[in-house]
Amino acid sequence: MSCCGTPPTLEELDDVSRLVSAKLAAFLKTLREASFPVSLQEGQDAARLLAAGYGKRASLLRSAFKNLFSARKADWEKFDGIFDAFWLRRGVRARAAAAGTPANANRSPIKSLQEASERKGGDGTFDQVPSSDQPEERERLGEGRAEGATRAETLASTDFRKLSDPADIAEAHAVAARLARAMRARLTRRDRARRRGYRLDLRRTIHRNISHGGAPVSLVRRQRKEKPLRLVVLLDASGSMSMYTGTFLRFIHGVLDEFREAEAFLFHTRLAHVSDAMKEKDVARALDRLSLLAQGAGGGTRIGESLATFNRSHAARVIHSRTCVMIVSDGYETGDARTLGREMAGLARRCRRIVWLNPMMGWEGYAPEAAGIRAALPHVDLMAPAHTLKSLAALEPYLAKL
Amino acid sequence: MATLSRDAVAGRLAEAGYIADAELATAIAIMQLLQRPLLLEGEAGVGKTEVAKALAAVHGTELIRLQCYEGLDQSTALYEWNYQRQLLAIEAHKGSSDPDRIEDAVFSGRYLLERPLLAAIRRRTPPVLLIDEIDRADEEFEAFLLELLSDWQVSIPELGTIKAEAIPHVVLTSNGTRELSDALRRRCLYHYLDYPDAEREARIVMARIPRAGATLSLQIARMVEAIRKEDLRKVPGVAETLDWAAALVGLEVDNLHDRPETVHETLMCLLKTREDSARMARAVTDRLLGKVA
Repeated sequence: MSCCGTPPTLEELDDVSRLVSAKLAAFLKTLREASFPVSLQEGQDAARLLAAGYGKRASLLRSAFKNLFSARKADWEKFDGIFDAFWLRRGVRARAAAAGTPANANRSPIKSLQEASERKGGDGTFDQVPSSDQPEERERLGEGRAEGATRAETLASTDFRKLSDPADIAEAHAVAARLARAMRARLTRRDRARRRGYRLDLRRTIHRNISHGGAPVSLVRRQRKEKPLRLVVLLDASGSMSMYTGTFLRFIHGVLDEFREAEAFLFHTRLAHVSDAMKEKDVARALDRLSLLAQGAGGGTRIGESLATFNRSHAARVIHSRTCVMIVSDGYETGDARTLGREMAGLARRCRRIVWLNPMMGWEGYAPEAAGIRAALPHVDLMAPAHTLKSLAALEPYLAKL
Repeated sequence: MATLSRDAVAGRLAEAGYIADAELATAIAIMQLLQRPLLLEGEAGVGKTEVAKALAAVHGTELIRLQCYEGLDQSTALYEWNYQRQLLAIEAHKGSSDPDRIEDAVFSGRYLLERPLLAAIRRRTPPVLLIDEIDRADEEFEAFLLELLSDWQVSIPELGTIKAEAIPHVVLTSNGTRELSDALRRRCLYHYLDYPDAEREARIVMARIPRAGATLSLQIARMVEAIRKEDLRKVPGVAETLDWAAALVGLEVDNLHDRPETVHETLMCLLKTREDSARMARAVTDRLLGKVA
């Protein structure tokens, strides 16, 4: 180890380095506001890096800090912009451009959210010396963020906030909880049946049989643990679905709450990952965040392209061997039905089961004639009507069998 | 051990045959300074595993590799008792009157089988520990690993606690088949590894296949870069590039433009599914080849 084995204490710092550490503290604050996971440990390590001479060149410091502070790919991509804006005083606008990822169809709503939070980070830039009233300061910033969301929301054509009626939410949660239980009950039965195991656990066997002088009289077996079922919901939020979007959003909120593993996506002309926004305990806040992500909802539907985005960017992470994908859509595809067919085939190869819930099927005299539905049908394991919570609850026995 | 500067790290990596960009060299330098594990993420085939091999060469130590998979448990990752020998020993001591002594003997270091994690912390000189594809292992294993990575000790009920002799250089890789826990991410330095740009890939080809000339290497790298932009099911990685370069050198191609047919026929080194081969028709190959200077 070099000379900098211990983090420098305040007393040892001369005026210059005190200035540096104040600046570093302000930078950590900026990062925190841009939702980087910054703890005390990272702060100490950053100080050690500065002490070890990594602050001599901007490029060296940037890549060192980038490795230290990033925890995932999203952080990795936006770090350079934040760093440059803070330390090299490049404009906020340029930063947003630098942080911009390739113009991917589904990125834009998320990017606008990122930009919003980065603008907050920009505020932190000018607040360089951490003052004693920091908690208050943060609270004020937090408030500002909520305001920003509300402002943006009036721009969005769909208002999800009116969906936060407590009674409806409670009902939706109840249905989700029932489904979650039904789908899990099957798992526990399986678990018991597997107790007998297929493989000897030699370690435990020998332990138990030491008293028999090592002769293996009673055997201990082991069995691989079963993974819990994961439910991935893809909800169509296009104009033709607007009557049902509210019901299913409440249902999704319940699913994310009740299932041990669940993910949710919203799509119309593009796809948005909404699990994080919807996991907010406070429903009103969750719907606020969602409105921001779902700008452009209520327009046409490009199911095929949205599925392609899902297959390309999310499927590998979200889908494992015990995943059930639930698509909620009326199947009115404004894009190419052949794309939809191809992407459905790709999805079917990956996951265990695909359930397609179609609100239109509840209507009398409806037959799945739309080109989209016809293309998708061969790859779907269960196609069922669902337009109210009641009809969702009626699906329980079928879903439990999946 | 002395900490290396970034440039020294880059130089040693190059000697080991790994052409790193400045950011990766920084990551390796501060990984040693801060004694933190390095988490590498990136598409399959960008050379994540190679980083660990090169790192072992840089430090001149042993590489211990733990390949993760679903259902990986402590007995395959950490240690296991040698049951056959234990049973034999118990049989052999049957006549003896002191059962405690037999138990002590049977649960001693002689009957312990080291698995990668235990091996890594028992070495005097810190080895490079590569935990490959951590996202394939279960969450329980991840939690256990986190404990090991922060305390550097393991407890074996029959033997007691074993402390690390020296803290190994740990590299974890992930393909993103599962979201890793925040705790593990925070414990590690993070580096996202992307496909190398054409110039760096050309240098990699030249470093690995000495018979490939500068012109050919650059042509190969540019061609692969263009192929990666096509809408393929399996995007070719660096290893595939090297295979292809080796094939071309073996067939005595000096310039891609002289032998377009051979180029097309050897593309199977890069394309690994039927759909991809069908997509890369002769016309597509020629179009891409036309763009390669």
